[in-house]
Amino acid sequence: MTDATLGEKENVLPPPAEVEDVELYHAKSWLTHYVFSQDAKYIAIQYAGTAIGIGLVALVMSWVIRLQLAFPGAIPFIDASRYYQAVTMHGMIMVVYMLTAIFLGGFGNYLIPLMVGARDMVFPYVNMLSYWVYLLATLVLVASFFVPGGPTGAGWTLYPPQAIMSGTPGNDYGIILMLASLILFIVGFTMGGLNYVVTVLQGRTRGMTLMRMPLTVWGIFAAAVMALLAFPGLFVACVMLLLDRTLGTSFFMPSIVEGGEHLKYSGGSPILFQHLFWFFGHPEVYIVALPAFGIVSDLISTHARKNIFGYRMMVWAIVAIGVLSMVVWGHHMYVSGMNPLFGFFFAVTTLAIALPTAIKVYNWVLTLWRADIHFTTPMLFALGFIVTFVNGGITGLYLGNVIVDVPLSATMFVVAHFHMVMGVAPVLVIFGAIYHWYPKITGRMLDETLGKIHFWITFLGAYAIFFPMHYLGLVGVPRRFYELGETAFVPHSAAALNIFITVAALIVGAAQAIFFFNVFWSLRHGKPSGGNPWRATSLEWQTPETPPGHGNWGKELPIVYRWAYAYSVPGAPEDYLPQNAPPLKGEHSP
Amino acid sequence: MSVMGLFFILIACIALWWLARQGVLRSSFAEEGEIADFPGAELLPRPPAAKVGLGVFLAVAGCLFSLLCAAFFMRMDAPDWQAPPIPGILWFNTAVLIASSLALDLARRAADRRETDDVKSWLLVGGGCALLFLLGQLWAWRELAAQGLYASSNPANAFFYLLTGTHALHLVGGLAALARTARAAWSGRGGAELAASVELCAIYWHFLLFVWLLLFAMLAGWADNFGVICRRLLS
Repeated sequence: MTDATLGEKENVLPPPAEVEDVELYHAKSWLTHYVFSQDAKYIAIQYAGTAIGIGLVALVMSWVIRLQLAFPGAIPFIDASRYYQAVTMHGMIMVVYMLTAIFLGGFGNYLIPLMVGARDMVFPYVNMLSYWVYLLATLVLVASFFVPGGPTGAGWTLYPPQAIMSGTPGNDYGIILMLASLILFIVGFTMGGLNYVVTVLQGRTRGMTLMRMPLTVWGIFAAAVMALLAFPGLFVACVMLLLDRTLGTSFFMPSIVEGGEHLKYSGGSPILFQHLFWFFGHPEVYIVALPAFGIVSDLISTHARKNIFGYRMMVWAIVAIGVLSMVVWGHHMYVSGMNPLFGFFFAVTTLAIALPTAIKVYNWVLTLWRADIHFTTPMLFALGFIVTFVNGGITGLYLGNVIVDVPLSATMFVVAHFHMVMGVAPVLVIFGAIYHWYPKITGRMLDETLGKIHFWITFLGAYAIFFPMHYLGLVGVPRRFYELGETAFVPHSAAALNIFITVAALIVGAAQAIFFFNVFWSLRHGKPSGGNPWRATSLEWQTPETPPGHGNWGKELPIVYRWAYAYSVPGAPEDYLPQNAPPLKGEHSP
Repeated sequence: MSVMGLFFILIACIALWWLARQGVLRSSFAEEGEIADFPGAELLPRPPAAKVGLGVFLAVAGCLFSLLCAAFFMRMDAPDWQAPPIPGILWFNTAVLIASSLALDLARRAADRRETDDVKSWLLVGGGCALLFLLGQLWAWRELAAQGLYASSNPANAFFYLLTGTHALHLVGGLAALARTARAAWSGRGGAELAASVELCAIYWHFLLFVWLLLFAMLAGWADNFGVICRRLLS
């Protein structure tokens, strides 16, 4: 055991001041303190609350879909239009308004300033605007449920020409509100994204070099950069489609006959829309996945009391995945038809992403190897994520090949694949992260027993839903169909499997009530957590107050001496060294 | 697609340069030796956050315009494409925008020298020219519309309105920022804060001028061969 004192290092200057202390905005009234708050922690909770709220709407939509698939025609309310509207809104809400918003707006806002040792985001006012524009976007989206014709039923990809033609539900008002809402969302997100990126670049405290940042921050940072570059694709697509719909331009709309009548459109290119949409759409998968990767790395390292294996490799894998994911969008368009050379190019880049991703998975597994694993609820969710992500990733390799993709593209196999990889996997991380950081946010622990019950129902239930779906796809059950009817090639057993899946979906959805009960009950009755219940190293656990006060750090900003993974350090007073603990005598970094 | 390729190569170069400058490539985390010998002590001083923020925003705006241009070139191949005649006033507008950009650059230099009176007059000239440019763009729209060239009559017209409109909206946003800067100048808050603010405006104006020159070349049809060359390169 060595003395941990700064005094013995007098010959060494402390690290340079990388960031000056800033004047913080101080709220003057209840309204500016809690509602129009400029504090990133409040904005984070507003973001996450709104995202979870709208996510519950999407959950109900998924029940509508599943009830129709299992019991076609049994519920008169679910006609074909409502079915397609449910499919569209479920997809769009979950991908954009729930996952993107909660990972970047929720966790990004809460964790970035705390983890890099900043007092707040660099542009707090813009940060506040970001949330309110996001809320407005969500409200516009919700409004589309109440306009004549209902929300759009064009599918979450909104492909023209069908998206704006009669015959698609919600083609009069629904689609306009949808596009307007997306445009607003992107504007709001860009404000937030600027903050996340610039705070990581500029707001780090003394000693917090890039290569000492926790992987959570790296994941969110890379995702924010990608989102800033990818969302303009969706923005352009939405604006042009909106002009096609309202002003009658022909960006995307070809000459087309509707009900025996020639429409005024001519010569537009639906493929152009697909390029723009997927230029956003594929990076979007990793915009959701990269923060999840980062959070999982930190959860595993903390709850297995071991440093993350191959930190540098993990960082470069995040960067590599980010770069590669910008050049793979074509694999969503194999069946749209393209130059075989492009097909080859996109297949190669798609499969190449497996390399950095595999590196990450190996490193997680090697981190767990002979570690002191604590099966806490956050850890269970993190482990569940690894299994699910590997599962969904492997079917991704199948679908990345043009030849395999073409026959499978229109089947439930694709639905199973993307729900595993970007539905279940990130949601497991969200739960894990909430169980992990709830003590910091509220000062109280969530109930472990309820948490474990919640985990096992969710994890096993999600497998009961999506694992059989692969088989449905392989026997040829098509996706997007309202009703199968009598087909020669789909066996009767498919119907039985569909009922099983629906029952599982209803149970898993309802089981989330356990989680919500836990969150609200623990707010009052949870065990007080203290400042650092998981004995974690990263800066957010070292705040003078829990929950952290306005400005996070009291009088002095923390000084960072090492990376965030100093667990099970030989010779340390405890089995871990916080990032800001003064150096031990003779300690060698990282 | 080639447009996007070029844009991303540019962004990747900037990102790599930045990562290298931050010492990431120098293995700063796996450093040997005593922990208190902080490895980043010789790091360069950081630019102000607002400037970095503007840089990131310009990357986003650049991405937006690149995508619009990529869509322009892809849509151009369709047989129904008929480029509208370029209204003569665009030449005048271009000159005015160049003047506006120059004026803001002079304002920036004056702010560096802390000559607040000069800053005020150059800000006025710059803002006035930018307003004139916007009016000129509106005039160009009217001219096209008077010839019956509406957005719905041909995709080339639609792109003309879309591209000029998007550019104009960015300039309007810039004018809002310029108004804030001007208010700071008139309320007597000179010094470093004003200089920084004026510099940001000048950078943004130069960026918009650069984008406008590219857009103008593209709309006037001088870049038509670009698409052909790219296709030859790819095939």
